Amino acid sequence: MEDLDNLKATELTLGLPGIDAPEKPSPASATGSNKRSNEECCLPAAKKQVVGWPPVRSYRMNSIRVRKMEAEDSTGIYVKVGMDGAPYLRKVDLRVYKDYKELMEALNDMFKCFSLGGAEGHEESGYAITYEDKDGDWMLVGDVPWEMFISSCKRMRIMKGSEARGLSSST
Amino acid sequence: MTYFPEEVVEHIVDFLGSHGDRNAVSTVCKAWYQVDRLSRRSVFVGNCYAIRPERVVTRFPEMKSLTVKGKPHFADFNLVPYDWGGFAQPWIEAAARGCPGLEELRLKRMVITDDDLELLSCSFPNFKSLVLVSCEGFSTDGLAEIATYCRGLRELDLQENEVEDHGHQWLSCFPDSCTSLVSLNFACLKGEVNASALERLVARCPNLRSLKLNHSIPVESLNKILARAPHLVDLGTGSFTIDNRSETYHRLINSFFRCKSLRSLSGFWDASPFCLQAVYPICANLTVLNLSYAPAIQSADLTKLVGFCFKLQKLWVLDCIGDKGLVVVASTCKELQELRVFPSDVYGAGITAVTEEGLVAISSGCPKLNSLLYFCYQMTNAALTTVAKNCPHFTRFRLCILEPEKPDPVTNQPLDEGFGAIVRSCKNLRRLSVSGLLTDQVFLYIGMYAERLEMLSIAFAGDSDKGMVYVLNGCKNLRKLEIRDCPFGDAALLKDVAKYETMRSLWMSSCDVTLGGCKSLAAKMPRLNVEIINENDGTSESKENLSDQHKLVLCQQFTSVSNDIMFTSNDPDVCRRVRL
Repeated sequence: MEDLDNLKATELTLGLPGIDAPEKPSPASATGSNKRSNEECCLPAAKKQVVGWPPVRSYRMNSIRVRKMEAEDSTGIYVKVGMDGAPYLRKVDLRVYKDYKELMEALNDMFKCFSLGGAEGHEESGYAITYEDKDGDWMLVGDVPWEMFISSCKRMRIMKGSEARGLSSST
Repeated sequence: MTYFPEEVVEHIVDFLGSHGDRNAVSTVCKAWYQVDRLSRRSVFVGNCYAIRPERVVTRFPEMKSLTVKGKPHFADFNLVPYDWGGFAQPWIEAAARGCPGLEELRLKRMVITDDDLELLSCSFPNFKSLVLVSCEGFSTDGLAEIATYCRGLRELDLQENEVEDHGHQWLSCFPDSCTSLVSLNFACLKGEVNASALERLVARCPNLRSLKLNHSIPVESLNKILARAPHLVDLGTGSFTIDNRSETYHRLINSFFRCKSLRSLSGFWDASPFCLQAVYPICANLTVLNLSYAPAIQSADLTKLVGFCFKLQKLWVLDCIGDKGLVVVASTCKELQELRVFPSDVYGAGITAVTEEGLVAISSGCPKLNSLLYFCYQMTNAALTTVAKNCPHFTRFRLCILEPEKPDPVTNQPLDEGFGAIVRSCKNLRRLSVSGLLTDQVFLYIGMYAERLEMLSIAFAGDSDKGMVYVLNGCKNLRKLEIRDCPFGDAALLKDVAKYETMRSLWMSSCDVTLGGCKSLAAKMPRLNVEIINENDGTSESKENLSDQHKLVLCQQFTSVSNDIMFTSNDPDVCRRVRL
């Protein structure tokens, strides 16, 4: 999970295409894949940055990139977190954390009174942290890079017990 | 031949709207040429290097409106060097000398300086309208000149220009006596604009119908402006963020409610979803909605907004609207004619929220759709075939699959059949951009079926010279062909050289064309302007090898031959354009 934070390709940058171009696979790499499997397989992180591609006016590209970063920087991303069996939900600001580790620690703190278990108790206590993404699907927390996670997470749910078996977040 | 007095011919010719038709009239005979040239009010120059400005001005002394286009289309995507050219100066100077009655100037992809704007503002006493699209080279100082000296200015429309910010004073330069503004668009300005000067300007221009603000204008100002200009038809909001439940927010809802004439909305810089609700009262009247600069608005809010827009004809959005959002568009916007879906995350991980499903939904729900620009990560032949069947009225179809050479993900086949279906079905197709994995076959289809096609954009496609030849042979009405990163070489380039005389321009970059091939073309067609842009520091040695990346070939058509109009400088280091 530690490596996910370091995926440079998904960092937002203001650089022009071609600058800091990471190592490149061939452009015709993804075959026979639909939306789901794109997320599951390793992300095509090192996309070749071709000059003038995609064909979007530079005015528009710059505008979107700047606006998006401004919007993201300025507002907190508050999402609800619920846990099975807990009588009330909590809210967390995902902006506050810089990676999954910090988020997990914070959730541990928040929910320990509901016997979530300490950091050592992950596997034994059998829980999984899931989130609902922009499409309305429930996903396991930790699969995608952090930045992508916080931009697509709408709310979270901590599953326990039999539902969580085999879905342990630490694997 | 029956004799028609000139006045009669002129009267008849006046009914002809299109430039093409008037050009045709002028070639019938000398008398008609004269009638056309003396009565032509609106002149369109599609390529600023195709004809000298003096020639245009001499030929059309009664010209009132001049439109000039400069850089090639691919300049939008940084494929043309900064100092390539496309200067407005010679045009403004020639018009100042020969057509002082000029009222309107429209420039696209040209370089215009503050000095040019100053000259413009002082040379045409009846000047009414300045429209600059994707231009650069000027600052707010130049705008100050226009504001100060153009008495009776009706329109100042700045669309997506790169404008240097030298302060906000320019807007205050509109004198108190200026009451004639009908259209003002400064959305592309990056700096602060004096909001109170703007409010006063709006207050004294009762005919103002179109106003597009930049991001520096806060909602409080927008409220005051809308209060003064309730007859606005076209509004580009400024910054669209406000505190929850504030007084300002309620006033905004009321302001919008009073704007009964509002038909077109854009802007929404920094819009937060909450503020979008203020727009709900007028959604039912909107025919044009541009949300493509609002990345902070997510799918659910976009979808809700669009769900109220029953009369929408033109929609520009970001792909975060998602396939689900497009389904809502399809079921709500039955009058939709134009849709543009832009990518919101171009350097992301290869996933957008829109796929072929969204496009199919739109095609089945919106039968009047005739213009499309769609960015997505995948497309299937089946989807394109369905779209072709549902929407035979496309005149403009531009599909950009973000990953070059990507095949149909379901069948792993090229997208030849899908695009083939489009050109077969859409008999009125005038503009087409293709993408994804494509072989020569798609170009065979395009050559066979796309009879009305005027502009074709190709990237990362084709197998051999045959592809390009199919297009050049088949598309009788082709005017603009732009190709990048395709395996087309000299054989294709030279197959039918006479074809280029019927076209406005050809662009080829990162293809297999050689310097020798270009020289050969130039030798065969002396009336063509064959130009090579060399991006390797201007050293003459590297000109020889055209197979390097970023070596570009541009063919344009002359109507009058001149050796000196191409070059901007005699300095060999600066001048990287070589005319063969």
